[in-house]
Amino acid sequence: MTDFDAKAHVAHMEAVMGLALAPEWRATVEAHVATTARMAALVADFPLPDEVEPAAVYEAGR
Amino acid sequence: MSLDPLNGTATEIAALVNDRQISARDIARLSVERIGAIDEAVNSFTDVTAARAFAEAEIVDSRILAGESLPLAGVPYAVKNLFDLEGVVTRAGSKINRDNPPAGRDSTLVTRLREAGAVCLGALNMGEYAYDFTGQNAHDGNCNNPHDLARITGGSSSGSGAALAAGLVAVTLGSDTNGSIRVPSSFCGTFGLKPTFGRLSRAHSFPFTASLDHLGPMARSVADLATVFDVLQGDDPADPHLAHRPPVATATELPKGAEGLRIAIAGGYFRDPGFPVALAAVDHVAKALGVAETVEIPEAARARAAAYVITNAESAALHLKRLQTRAADYDPETRDRFLAGAMVPAAWYLDAQRFRSWFRAAVNRVFETVDVILAPATPFPALMATEKTMTVGGQEVPVRPNIGIFTQPISFAGLPVAAVPVWLDGQRMPIGVQVIAAPWREDHALRVAAALQASGAAKAPVAMIGG
Repeated sequence: MTDFDAKAHVAHMEAVMGLALAPEWRATVEAHVATTARMAALVADFPLPDEVEPAAVYEAGR
Repeated sequence: MSLDPLNGTATEIAALVNDRQISARDIARLSVERIGAIDEAVNSFTDVTAARAFAEAEIVDSRILAGESLPLAGVPYAVKNLFDLEGVVTRAGSKINRDNPPAGRDSTLVTRLREAGAVCLGALNMGEYAYDFTGQNAHDGNCNNPHDLARITGGSSSGSGAALAAGLVAVTLGSDTNGSIRVPSSFCGTFGLKPTFGRLSRAHSFPFTASLDHLGPMARSVADLATVFDVLQGDDPADPHLAHRPPVATATELPKGAEGLRIAIAGGYFRDPGFPVALAAVDHVAKALGVAETVEIPEAARARAAAYVITNAESAALHLKRLQTRAADYDPETRDRFLAGAMVPAAWYLDAQRFRSWFRAAVNRVFETVDVILAPATPFPALMATEKTMTVGGQEVPVRPNIGIFTQPISFAGLPVAAVPVWLDGQRMPIGVQVIAAPWREDHALRVAAALQASGAAKAPVAMIGG
């Protein structure tokens, strides 16, 4: 994810998610998105076996 | 104990009230008076429920007169303002929630405290929607550290730490998703308990990140934490996240101290960044316990990263409609993080949730060889309110998302932690150490914390405000 483009991602997702960023918010939002992308890349780099399931608390019939 | 009963611990106050040496009503009055005298400077309360406190105190005094003995008789407490209090708007630190009607009932944990004889003084300041480690809030004003009003309290349970340190109440409730009980405990010099994930009911509290939210008590003594924790436990059909686990008695276990427990210092991730005061605090606690061994919690940096992603995505999804319609009404410090979280791809989120399963198994293996792990609670003592950045690994990063670097991996694993406050020689401010136990062993964490308090290695004095 070294090529992640936070600016382009924010511009795209803003429309997808129905958000409206004021001009003065944009740079900070882009910085936060870039941070989350770095965090996600660190997680994605870990070689998880396919059979590992997401942690969850759902329990049928509860 | 102190000549002023309000400076006493919850255990001491309950003993006085049970013995009818002082009435619950008098304790409530002292608390209301002190809030009025001091809290303008501290800004820990957002709602003072004096009428409720006097009504509850009257019931407690009647029960004592009728011969009952109550574990928290007359103990004044207050709750982070994300807990529902009947008749109070649950603002969760926000401007937006103030448009909601007042809560129609108390949260489950508040009900349990009331039944045990505690008396509710009100709701406490917090970082907006709990997305905060500083205690700063654009709507209600910043909460100020009672030990130095120019410094931050830590957050997001800012008022929960500050009200205790200021001696306004004896017990508070907070919430901890990534460190929000442990960080203000560290900065304000109080004890705090983040129980095992799934241990305490979250019913009728305002959520932040369902996968990671924990509720828990804060206090000025470990005996108080244990007594309150024992009262708070129990099943609750209103909370689907609760684990099917029997309660664990902790208050009666404290006299065992650290005896027989295998304790080690968290190495690697928790020592490598080299924050000197945090390391000195851990070493101070380790020395008091006679501990020299270290243990590695594997992949802690990745665990912290995964917690970050889950928090960002889940919390933003919860707020999406409000972000679409009222983004300008958020605290700017949280708004931009929520907006970023609304843009997280699903695969990033699910990767993080899958990694959590792996991490749980890894942590379980660590606890095959140790019972308790010691780690810093925060990288440093409370910062000045004007400090906005910190340095990690040579890089300057914003303070607000990064104060919890040592707490996040632990809550991600869902482990129980007692935060203990340490006052190091030459340091003006306290700093906390995490006493981390295996899942469902809050008794172990509290036993070690009690031993540290008994030896004087950890303590939570009331601040001398203006003195």
